[in-house]
Amino acid sequence: MAYEITLLTTMGISVLFALSLNLITGFCGQISLGHAAFLGIGAYASAMCSRAGMPFLATIPLAMLLAGLVGIVVGLASLRVRADFLAITTMGVGFLFVGIVRQQDALGGELGISGIPDPGMSKTAFMLLSLAMAAAAAALSFYIKRSWMGRVFSGISEDEDTMRVLGIDAPAYKLWAFAIGTALAGAAGALYAHHLKFIGPDSFGFVESITVLSMVVVGGIGSVLGVTIAAALLSVLPAWFQVIGDYKLLVYGGLLFLMMRFAPGGLASILSAIFGKSRAKEAGAA
Amino acid sequence: MSNELLRVIDATVRFGGLTAVDHVSFEVRRGELLGLIGPNGAGKTTALRSVTGVVALSEGRVELDGERIDQLPIAKRIRKGLSLSQQMVKPLREMSLLDNVALAAGSDKTQSPLKALMQVDVAREREDAHAMLKRVGIDHLANDMPGIQPLGILKRLEMARAMALKPKLLLLDEPLAGLNSKEANALATTIAELNASGTTIVLIEHNLGEVIRVCQRLVVLDNGRKIADGEPRAVMNEPVVRAAYLGGDVVAEQGVTHAAH
Repeated sequence: MAYEITLLTTMGISVLFALSLNLITGFCGQISLGHAAFLGIGAYASAMCSRAGMPFLATIPLAMLLAGLVGIVVGLASLRVRADFLAITTMGVGFLFVGIVRQQDALGGELGISGIPDPGMSKTAFMLLSLAMAAAAAALSFYIKRSWMGRVFSGISEDEDTMRVLGIDAPAYKLWAFAIGTALAGAAGALYAHHLKFIGPDSFGFVESITVLSMVVVGGIGSVLGVTIAAALLSVLPAWFQVIGDYKLLVYGGLLFLMMRFAPGGLASILSAIFGKSRAKEAGAA
Repeated sequence: MSNELLRVIDATVRFGGLTAVDHVSFEVRRGELLGLIGPNGAGKTTALRSVTGVVALSEGRVELDGERIDQLPIAKRIRKGLSLSQQMVKPLREMSLLDNVALAAGSDKTQSPLKALMQVDVAREREDAHAMLKRVGIDHLANDMPGIQPLGILKRLEMARAMALKPKLLLLDEPLAGLNSKEANALATTIAELNASGTTIVLIEHNLGEVIRVCQRLVVLDNGRKIADGEPRAVMNEPVVRAAYLGGDVVAEQGVTHAAH
């Protein structure tokens, strides 16, 4: 039973993390190759605070706030750059995060932070919390998609210039996407740190950024249901198949390539092709 | 409230060494349908873009309703009451014709991201959008996707979307380009109807026949300079305008000096 609980906790955290990127990349069309940095910011913030004696649950909003603030700064930097440059910029942010953390003795440097205090709840309760937060992120995503913000996001993701001509303050909307998405990644980071009890700079490197991106792409960029399923499946693969854990970058990078080449709509479009039109709307509206 | 809705004063746009718009001044009066014409490369589209903010003015100013707008970003100018129907039609291809227009009709809900996040209902905007599609005569296609529509329909969609912003001033950049003469005639009639129902319009167009038919006043540009303005038939009879279209340099030069006085 302990094994299943760990697995479900991992799934919950991954789904939350993938949905956070889906908000930025899927809904608003802003690619990010450094999203793991925000998972890291949340994880480090939460771990440091809880080591300083703060109760675990109180560290979650703090982790979200810090990740969200940095997210806004990165968002500000990205306002003037377009897709391909944004990919490079966010990738740089990812490397910058790892590089900085490595040099900070206060953050454990290369060795990372171990002995993160117990969250003060049973493993089952922690699992339920992780799943509940993933479900809340999914609910929020569905809501945003239905709201006017979601309509504007999908317009920006397709053609920003046209949205400006419609009087849309595109930069402000992009900042919001970054703020919400990175704050959710921060929450995932807080869970991550207290789930594994150990974090190091390499937990939040390029490989993790690619992994989460591949979850979004495999699920179907912008599709809440597809991304949830893909993140749940892909997060447990390394646990089931040792070889995937060993060749993570190869497997997820390869998956990313194959999906882009053969099924750019992801799981969502494959499912809708099989089960008819009902889900095409969901994928299409993204 | 003054009679002049838009004033372009001494507008100059330079791209490096090239002066695309050269000290052009004109005004748009409330309720009129003004044609902005001139041969290829005359600077019409650039002048229009400097009004909407796609290109920045090097000199001069633009006032909408007495308020200076030439320092504002595009989206803010649109919110002040401008609306642009672009030369290249740009529908959002992942939503229906109706939702394309509804997105514009909901401009009060999309003013700020926070406001947009709090709003879900689209019933009113879809209703408005439907009415707008009807006005431009394509309401029967409301639920179709834009990707499969011919250019004539997309031009009307673009216009419906621009109208859905409920602009004080509608700017149309070559809406008739690419249409056959029957389609162009029908669309020009639609434009005249929109104007008759109270919308002030600036129309950039190469199709002189339709321009003269529907516009109440013309402004003519050539080589970035204004060479004439006034009542359409009178303007078209001016030697300097004829020369600009037929290419008589000497007369054109004289005309410029004449117009400058």
